[in-house]
Amino acid sequence: MSDTTDPGRKGQDYEQDLDKSDVSVAEFKYLHNSPLDRIQHALHGNPTLVPVIVLVAAIGVFGLIAGDRFFSAFNLSLILQQVSIIGILAAAQSLIIITAGIDLSVAAIMVLMAVVAGNLAVYAGVPAPIALLVAFAGGTGCGIMNGLLVTKVKLPPFITTLGTWSIFYALNLWLSGAQSIRSQDIDAEAPLLKFWGIALEVGGARVTLGSLLMVAVFLVLWYMLNKTAWGRHVYAIGDDKEAAELAGIRTDRTLLSVYGLAGLVCAVAAWASIGRVGSISPQAFYEGNLQSITAVVIGGISLFGGRGSILGALFGALIVGVFQSGLRLAGVDVLWQVFAIGWLIILAVAIDQWIRKVSA
Amino acid sequence: MTQAPILKARGLVKRYGRVTALDNADFDLYPGEILAVIGDNGAGKSSLIKAISGAVQVDDGKIELEGKPINFSSPLEARDAGIETVYQTLALSPALSITDNMFVGREIRKPGVLGSVFKMLDHKAMEKFARDRLSELGLMTIQSINQAVETLSGGQRQGVAVARAAAFGSKVIILDEPTAALGVKESRKVLELIQDVRSRGIPIVLISHNMPHVFEVADRIHVHRLGKRLCVIDPKENSMSDAVAYMTGAKTPPEAAVAA
Amino acid sequence: MTNKTIKMALLGATALTLTAGIASAESHVKGDVNACLITKTDTNPFFVKMKEGAVAQADELGIQLDTFAGKIDGDVETQVAAVETCIAGGAEGILITPSDSRALVPVIEQARENGILVIALDTPFEPSDAADATFATDNFKAGVLIGEWAAATMEDPSSAKIAMLDLNPSEVSVDYLRNQGFLTGFGVDVKDETDIGDEDDPRIVGNDVTNGNEQGGRQAMENLLQRDPGVNVVYTINEPAAAGAYEALRSVGLQDQALIVSVDGGCPGVQNIAEGVIGATSMQFPLKMASLGIEAIAEYAETGAKPENSEGLDFTNTGVTLVTDNPVEGIDSITSEEALEQCWG
Repeated sequence: MSDTTDPGRKGQDYEQDLDKSDVSVAEFKYLHNSPLDRIQHALHGNPTLVPVIVLVAAIGVFGLIAGDRFFSAFNLSLILQQVSIIGILAAAQSLIIITAGIDLSVAAIMVLMAVVAGNLAVYAGVPAPIALLVAFAGGTGCGIMNGLLVTKVKLPPFITTLGTWSIFYALNLWLSGAQSIRSQDIDAEAPLLKFWGIALEVGGARVTLGSLLMVAVFLVLWYMLNKTAWGRHVYAIGDDKEAAELAGIRTDRTLLSVYGLAGLVCAVAAWASIGRVGSISPQAFYEGNLQSITAVVIGGISLFGGRGSILGALFGALIVGVFQSGLRLAGVDVLWQVFAIGWLIILAVAIDQWIRKVSA
Repeated sequence: MTQAPILKARGLVKRYGRVTALDNADFDLYPGEILAVIGDNGAGKSSLIKAISGAVQVDDGKIELEGKPINFSSPLEARDAGIETVYQTLALSPALSITDNMFVGREIRKPGVLGSVFKMLDHKAMEKFARDRLSELGLMTIQSINQAVETLSGGQRQGVAVARAAAFGSKVIILDEPTAALGVKESRKVLELIQDVRSRGIPIVLISHNMPHVFEVADRIHVHRLGKRLCVIDPKENSMSDAVAYMTGAKTPPEAAVAA
Repeated sequence: MTNKTIKMALLGATALTLTAGIASAESHVKGDVNACLITKTDTNPFFVKMKEGAVAQADELGIQLDTFAGKIDGDVETQVAAVETCIAGGAEGILITPSDSRALVPVIEQARENGILVIALDTPFEPSDAADATFATDNFKAGVLIGEWAAATMEDPSSAKIAMLDLNPSEVSVDYLRNQGFLTGFGVDVKDETDIGDEDDPRIVGNDVTNGNEQGGRQAMENLLQRDPGVNVVYTINEPAAAGAYEALRSVGLQDQALIVSVDGGCPGVQNIAEGVIGATSMQFPLKMASLGIEAIAEYAETGAKPENSEGLDFTNTGVTLVTDNPVEGIDSITSEEALEQCWG
């Protein structure tokens, strides 16, 4: 007991002078000391601001460097097309990262489900819609498997998905025999699988349905995360799981739903990827896991969970696409494109850390 | 006390392996009072509170809320029954807004299809409710009800957590060390807040190590020792040193207090 | 097809029993002579075929064969461990497709100091005499064949606009050999024969990397089409990349404008020749590499004689054949129909 007050005195005696002091404790005001502070607070309140600024700046800079070739409607729509698959994976990844987890298995789930759908529809003669439903169920199942390992077996998400990444990848190679399903065979047997590859010509732009799908996936998930109670719970869990639990959220159930949903989104990405790539390749997207994390991080979503808007991941994916396209058109070697993306990641995480230090 | 206790526990037993945390503990909380629970570290205070708030399940004994036996298997059930706990850690999500935090787990949805099919939240209604509640508790000189909790000071956070507990028609509020992490000024404000809540008729269980604070606001003091209720004393008739003496076993309480 | 269906059915049941990414070691035939086969991976059909050839030949010659594989291409550690296992196991010979041409040289030297015959399959070491012998496709020749074919097929090779779809930024030997071979065959001055992209021939639109799969092939083709939409010759590092390039061309309706050539001879690739997706490909023979390798080990165990290099090369050429359904005069080729019987995978 640290309290050794003189027994004769009542507690408030020594505090009497306080009556004269400033009592505006619960005032919700803080002082902006410098412009930098103000920026920090603005970013804290609106974490998507950074990627939006970077994206606009990057488009501007590359437009100046690479000129019309970069700024053409065709090129911009191509960027959208090229980032669409990683973009959808980044949406799934965002869900997990917002819960303070990480999912190394997203691309593996996607490729596995593309192979499953393809094998069923192209080789086993299953009608394409059913094959796709099986893939959606399978993707959700893979996600739930991750979720169960995280919530019930209490394994860290990193380890869980590191394991399931290998498991899903191995299953994928086994199912496919490491052989691609050819584009021509898909056209002949199950053209529905390539639905998202259909392109709309608007002006000089060629917008594939897959690009629109990516945007739609982000908007739907954004709505769920920001406009529903479920979404608020997801953020609360990522922010402080214990607090969320005490505040009355069924954290395990919510987490399970997040992992399941992420798996489903990966299966949607699988469908889109068939349209994008044309064929079904078990070897494709081997780095998709890391690329999706890259997009999420560059998009200003905190790896520590609970912070950032899922739309940030969309901008993150676009930033990567814009950088790659711009550097390429400026004649920069692939090597230096990789180099630039590396610095982008580090910069993004540094900014996140800085924003998190905000205080009253 | 002639009234019936709103919350009553008899013969609570909780063992952890060979350690007996609760050894036939009793507990009574009367309507409209502030009951402080004090006890040395390891006396079983937190086990008692956890048993009442549903965080642990007792091995034996019974708990009654308003005369009806209750048996909570989680803090959620206790909360649904009207027992709100403000944990020492506050259980706030720092990155979420004040409104979001107040409504975690009991969000308001928009009326109609937007709410039932699209599960859309009614942010406006929630913000209004939150602002009203905070104002009632004198916590409102607010700029933005949507600012993240982490941008608030310790006392402000405590205020939000207490407001959350008091806002939803609860029957009992348990406050676990509400002033432990606060400075002198902020503690003062929080103590006023506690009295405010009581004046609105909600009984409060206050767990605290801070004797001056306990003696200032408590109507009765429950002294916990060696896993059971040792005695209940009146802060107006006992000194802090008495309380400390009972707590530590240096002094034996009078018969009357033990019987209370 | 039925095989696939059964696999689907078994999927759920075996999902949890599979452990991924573990280098596998299995013994095949008991005999006096021990040999090891270490491949880059055991999933790529190319290496599956190679293993098949080695196992069959070892069976026939009564050699005990242990096979190992890395987890992924580039998995040096697993291969080093495998070589060490083979040394400890007293093998007479090691057949290896090094995941890294240089990194494995020290452990290979160690094996040779122990009197083990080391034969590199498919991928040579650097320097190539780090191994006792190399049994490989002449990748430069493979490139030359498709380059000559492309030049002979085009009406006017001087108006060519060439897109070069390479493997990855590391520029490994197979990458530059095929690339430079193609350009040589097409009639481009390649300057440094180990450097991709140092050419200044204006007919080359550009180089991009594909990682050897469809997705990369598509993206690289899109990128190069942006530099010049008039691309009419597309060199690809392998057939999956070629399939991806075709998709990119088709998505903008340019599939008939460009001639796609490739290297490998995998069955889906040969099928793509038959359907006109790919114009020509150079087929290699992994099964033959492995069976020749096993024979060489048997010979070495018996007589101590080591294999000799093919004339004019620093390795033993296991052959490469041009596959096309549009043969041109002066270049030997087989049709896709004939090729389907010899393809791997």
